[in-house]
Amino acid sequence: MTTTATLTAPLPPGSVDDTPITFSSGHSSADRAFFGLLACSAGIVLMLLVALVVFLFAHGWWALVHFNVRFFTGTVWSAPLEPGVLGLLVGSVEIGLVALFFAFPISIFTALMIVEFAPPPLRRTLTALIDLLATVPSIVYGFWGLEALTVWVQSPVSWLAKYFGFIPIFRTLEPGRFDDSIFICGLIVAIMIIPVITSISREVMSQAPREACEGALALGGTRWGMITDVILPFSRSGIVGATLLGFSRALGETIAVLLILSANNQVTAAILGPDGGSVTKQIAAFFPTSSPNGQSELTLAALTLFATTLIFSLGGRLVVQGGLRRRRS
Amino acid sequence: MTALDQMVGFPQQQYGANAGQARLVARNVSAWFGTKKVLERISLNMEPGQVSALIGPSGCGKSTFLRILNRLHELVPVAALSGSVELDGENIYGPTASVTRTRLKIGMVFQKPNPFPSMSIAQNVLAGLRLSGTKVHNRDALVQECLERAGLWKETRNRLNESGYSLSGGQQQRLCIARALAVRPRVLLLDEPCSALDPISTGVIEETIRELCRDVTIVIVTHNMQQAQRISDTCALFLIDDEGKPGYIVESGPTDQMFSRPNDPRTADYVNGRFG
Ligand SMILES: Nc1ncnc2c1ncn2[C@@H]1O[C@H](COP(=O)(O)OP(=O)(O)OP(=O)(O)O)[C@@H](O)[C@H]1O
Ligand SMILES: [Mg+2]
Repeated sequence: MTTTATLTAPLPPGSVDDTPITFSSGHSSADRAFFGLLACSAGIVLMLLVALVVFLFAHGWWALVHFNVRFFTGTVWSAPLEPGVLGLLVGSVEIGLVALFFAFPISIFTALMIVEFAPPPLRRTLTALIDLLATVPSIVYGFWGLEALTVWVQSPVSWLAKYFGFIPIFRTLEPGRFDDSIFICGLIVAIMIIPVITSISREVMSQAPREACEGALALGGTRWGMITDVILPFSRSGIVGATLLGFSRALGETIAVLLILSANNQVTAAILGPDGGSVTKQIAAFFPTSSPNGQSELTLAALTLFATTLIFSLGGRLVVQGGLRRRRS
Repeated sequence: MTALDQMVGFPQQQYGANAGQARLVARNVSAWFGTKKVLERISLNMEPGQVSALIGPSGCGKSTFLRILNRLHELVPVAALSGSVELDGENIYGPTASVTRTRLKIGMVFQKPNPFPSMSIAQNVLAGLRLSGTKVHNRDALVQECLERAGLWKETRNRLNESGYSLSGGQQQRLCIARALAVRPRVLLLDEPCSALDPISTGVIEETIRELCRDVTIVIVTHNMQQAQRISDTCALFLIDDEGKPGYIVESGPTDQMFSRPNDPRTADYVNGRFG
């Protein structure tokens, strides 16, 4: 009895060293081999990225040195003597924003429909359909947009231009000419990114804990309450990630944009008219026939687009993290 | 109305005025999952102002029965149901009954703790009010009151803004009890609320249950015979004859009678731990 008592009696503070031990990894050789494999794969991805950036810089270097800041602030792309990327960049971003304007709500509501409201057979069908949409090559969407969509949206767009033309983005200098506009490009790209945003959002939303969802209903919540209070907050960062991925795709989309946009390339807020350009269209249309210097300029434009995409992604991540931190504190 | 209610400024009809009047009656309730029948014509009166305990072996359909009582059963796509459940004489499965209002009146604490992942502790407590669009004047007082009644106030008073997920399993369960109390249900369904709790927290919960049952009708599922004896006024024993057969009620009645002189020998066997 007495020995037990002395054994369990509290020791005076400081008499025993209680610095935390380091956990030994104790990996088996199989684990190490596997780790090696993973490290190789990750290394290859990293190297590809580095090689890409180095390539872009190497080829764009001449233009960067030659035009310097003028290249990034110039709003009119008149290659090879005075290329300014800003106009093209604004066009690209406008296409991306128009695409998101349509694709984001449609995607989120479709994902919610699939996860929450559709009966199981319809759920499977919808999921398969969305995934099928994602596999359609962009040239098909491009042709479809050129041949069908431009005709279909003609009258709503001209109505918009006629009655809401006082708003700068709906203004058009060439009434009646709507078929090679930023707006049409955005619409087509929206259709392309809807499957991306939908399927990622659906995946994240379906991970929301079922028990918590039932808990919300059990408290007298409506389905909509369950969605806004449990599912959406839970899948917020995933949805933002999906949206950013869609936006990046929209900025990078080439074929459809090449088919639709005319050769114009000024900075314009009038998205219904034919004045807009885009970085990807410019590169795809003129790279093969350009002089070495012209190719350097176009490469630098590509690098700028790359950086823009990166900035938007990082910004989006920061917004999500900031939001999370604010909610916790 | 208690002093706290006036402080919190609760709508009167939810608590106080009609308190103690909620009677829950299940009539011939059968339930299926797909083609598998899991409950066989259950009829049970859950009297106002009393604690009714549901006991029985695992898998005999106690949770299913509880979920039927606040219309959660129908969330399972293949689930089916017959019979009726009446709250104060009104069939909650009737054609004019509102699902959300029914669930607001009949609260539920689940077998597995299920706090809302993206909400803080305080937000979890207030979630029901938010979901049902109920306004409260003094949120802090309500949060404190509910957490105290759930025996969680001391541990969480300084971390009300931390995520509900940061709590231990037993703390999460008590958070869910606090959350259910905040909307002032007229009936409270508790599915093994103490299964993950230590004796002290269990004591707090049991005290709360005894206190609440003056205003709220309480139905509790428990595997703990002593607990059933300690806190319940009436008791119902669920059994299942064979694997794949539906569960049914062997006997129900006043708890002391069920435990001291049951009518059915199977009840005597079960409550004395001589089963299986
Ligand atoms: N979602 C479901 N789908 C199919 N069958 C189910 C489902 N939920 C429960 N069951 C079945 O219904 C029967 C009753 O389950 P229930 O959860 O009601 O038992 P219980 O009495 O609460 O058991 P325990 O004491 O272990 O919690 C079991 O046979 C179970 O397999
Ligand atoms: Mg159960």
